Amino acid sequence: MTKLKIEDLKKIKESMKGTVNLRQGEYRVKITVHMGTCGIAAGARTIMNAFLDKVEKSEATDIILTASGCAGLCNHEPMITLEVKGSAPVKYVKLDANKAVRIFDEHVLGGNPVADYALSIGSETTY
Amino acid sequence: MQDLSLHILDIAENATKAGATLIEIDVSENISKDLLQISITDNGRGMDAEMLEGATDPFVTTRTTRRVGLGLPLLEQAAKETGGNLLITSHPGKGTEVVATFQKSHIDRRPVGDMGATLTTLIMGNPDLDFIYFSNLDGEEIEVDTRSIRGELNGSVSINDPAVIRLIKNLFKNNMEN
Repeated sequence: MTKLKIEDLKKIKESMKGTVNLRQGEYRVKITVHMGTCGIAAGARTIMNAFLDKVEKSEATDIILTASGCAGLCNHEPMITLEVKGSAPVKYVKLDANKAVRIFDEHVLGGNPVADYALSIGSETTY
Repeated sequence: MQDLSLHILDIAENATKAGATLIEIDVSENISKDLLQISITDNGRGMDAEMLEGATDPFVTTRTTRRVGLGLPLLEQAAKETGGNLLITSHPGKGTEVVATFQKSHIDRRPVGDMGATLTTLIMGNPDLDFIYFSNLDGEEIEVDTRSIRGELNGSVSINDPAVIRLIKNLFKNNMEN
């Protein structure tokens, strides 16, 4: 039986000591991957995992990565909504792992929306 | 859907939308009967008989953003292509169980795929819900229960922390080629 080892979890707890855990409440950036049937069939899971790798490597604790359902624009999947506190949310469409990396570097870390992949800039917020 | 793990992600996402707090996923093979069985059980709001009747009809959906729902019909098709079937049982207020059965050796049976990516994607997207995962494939059993992980972390680290997600993903390292 393969299971998580309690020692490994303890190690994570140790390594987190002293850092403020921001992942539950406050955040600077929220990345929402649309995860309806359409999104999943088009590759949303790959996008989620590409962002997860980037978040992990960046060691940033003020970025929330989450999922939501179909946004009704199934032909544009895989799609994300990127919200940076204080600026208008951006929907990025027809993504792949490479586009996700560029969006993370330029928009999430750099603060400049990637107009090439954006559907629209400025619609609803969730905060 | 390219593989069964994507179907599982899709059906489990349905469960999260049905207000479930606990979702159980079981992927097990029975070599002597040449079967592969997937079950996804939730404690969400469930469906009444009428809704259950329409659940595998592509033109029935609870969604308001579009008028078709393809998740269950696609899984049913994938199962039936191998001579298997899809069974859904549901009780309003109690939850829903979706069981898909496949003939394991059938040429049209899609591979299981990356269950680690499916499970971690579910946890990332729904950090407030609990997931119990069990698989028994190629003689290897894998078990993940977010309730015990959460208990161990004791609020000091969240379950969707990349370090925790990495740990869960690593459990599946040897189990990606079914």
